Amino acid sequence: MSAANKRPLSPFMIGPYYKPQMTSVLSITHRATGAGLVVGTLLLVYWLAAAAVGPKAYEHAQAVLGSMLGQLFLFLWTWALFYHLANGIRHLFWDAGYGFELPDATKSGWAVVWSSIILTFLCWLIAAP
Amino acid sequence: MSIRTPLAHVRGLGTAKDGTHHWWVQRVTSVALVPLVLWFIVSLLAVSHADYETFQHWLSNPVRAGLMVALLVAMFYHASLGMQVIYEDYVRPEGAKVVAVLVTQFVLFLLGVISIVAVLKIALA
Repeated sequence: MSAANKRPLSPFMIGPYYKPQMTSVLSITHRATGAGLVVGTLLLVYWLAAAAVGPKAYEHAQAVLGSMLGQLFLFLWTWALFYHLANGIRHLFWDAGYGFELPDATKSGWAVVWSSIILTFLCWLIAAP
Repeated sequence: MSIRTPLAHVRGLGTAKDGTHHWWVQRVTSVALVPLVLWFIVSLLAVSHADYETFQHWLSNPVRAGLMVALLVAMFYHASLGMQVIYEDYVRPEGAKVVAVLVTQFVLFLLGVISIVAVLKIALA
């Protein structure tokens, strides 16, 4: 290893080095929900592919997604989608140069948390059979 | 000693000259996904309990099928760009990182193609 590779690096964000802050927790949650949504696309592909195969496969897929485990997964997927959507809009405002003041970032962060929770429950109340 | 000249060794180690392209298309796809995802959620509320006939009739509308394909294209592209950044931040060594990025891109591309073919088959049935 050359000397250039031994230069100090800032420690990894998770560990005893940094105190977790609301903004940093929301930031890593954005990544986690993004990766989770990628896994969730498998269900969407499964659902669409089943519908394309035919009525029987579609009914089966509806039953799988309607099972306890399927509903739990879809519920979490709904929250992840709303969180990533709301926090993604927050990121777009940052990209445009707005909302960097600490009180603003905290306020928009809480707005993301509460809107994602409220919208998730609202959706499931409306979709309840 | 190597048969490669010193110039050949350093060529390509500089800027890739498209450093903002990844960042930019991630933003473009995210802006497109805001209305598309909202449409998708409202649609799911309407058709989540539908039987096969109703669902097929719903998706046979060309505007809905078009929006669905647009959603899938933007979504899988955005997903691929996002996963790439996660791997670039956390996966070491370099070889494992390249393999992880490539495999994910291939899989997401394939899933995107499969889902689009499925939508078209339902819409055109």
